Amino acid sequence: MNELLMPAITLLISIAMIGAAFVAIQVKQISIAMLAAGLVSLLASVLFLFFAAPDVAMTEAAIGSGLTTFLFFFVLGRVRGEQRD
Amino acid sequence: MIKRTLVILFLLGLGSLFIALMQGYTPDTELNLTGRYYAEHTAQDIGAANIVTAIIVTYRGLDTIGEVTVLFLTAAIVGMLLSRGNHKGKSLQRELPQSGELLTTGSYLLVPLILLLGAYVFINGHLTPGGGFQGGAIIASAILLMLLTDPLRHFSHQLITIIESVSGLLFVSIGVLGMFYAGGFLDNRILPVGDLGSLFSAGAIPVIYSLIGLKVGAEFSSMLVNLSETEDS
Repeated sequence: MNELLMPAITLLISIAMIGAAFVAIQVKQISIAMLAAGLVSLLASVLFLFFAAPDVAMTEAAIGSGLTTFLFFFVLGRVRGEQRD
Repeated sequence: MIKRTLVILFLLGLGSLFIALMQGYTPDTELNLTGRYYAEHTAQDIGAANIVTAIIVTYRGLDTIGEVTVLFLTAAIVGMLLSRGNHKGKSLQRELPQSGELLTTGSYLLVPLILLLGAYVFINGHLTPGGGFQGGAIIASAILLMLLTDPLRHFSHQLITIIESVSGLLFVSIGVLGMFYAGGFLDNRILPVGDLGSLFSAGAIPVIYSLIGLKVGAEFSSMLVNLSETEDS
């Protein structure tokens, strides 16, 4: 059971990561692209957790999907505010 | 057209490279020489329940100093570049729209909890997954949440700088103390190793990791605060 479940979940997450990465470069709205890029990081951290690397998973979740995504939104807000002036 | 073909060719080449790597891959059934040494000696020599932390802070402590220095340089360069357009006049600041009720109330609830989680992660770095870098990033995300709620909030640059430099200095001086009182630079056995798995164990590792956590948190926060205070907005 477990021997079959693990590769299946890993494969599913990998495919979802590739899909999210594709969305991130193809979509027109910047905010959706940012969210998709954050999703790639989040899925990567889940994958690291499955490969028994919780330390790396925490770094990825905190920096890759947390800080970076919010920083992107922060800067986007800045840029949009400037355009409105 | 040519560009697209090149991209597809590149992706195909990359894919075939990965497939070739996959086919030559056989999973190891046992640890290699270095890995076995770490796995067998960490518990009695270092006393840390988390072997990854023992490697990062003690066995490869010099690399960690390098990493922290790289992060410090990044923060310093960001500060230097952004402070150039920084005028003091607050009146120039344009009126910002009020952040939503949900964000404001939510941040009152969440910021202390996130700060607490960050401190927990780096204090327990020798017991549970995580450590200085992760805890510092979590603390910085709390600062980011505060900045999102109120972009005009003023953070004391002096406090951030003091936390950053004092923890960096203490980190290096603990490393130097290890040269005199224990086996070498950054040896953690200047403090008693203690029982495996208790909070006050693993010698100087909790102290060093807390200092790294504070330093990383201060560096990330200074970057965020600098970014938020640029007057060009």
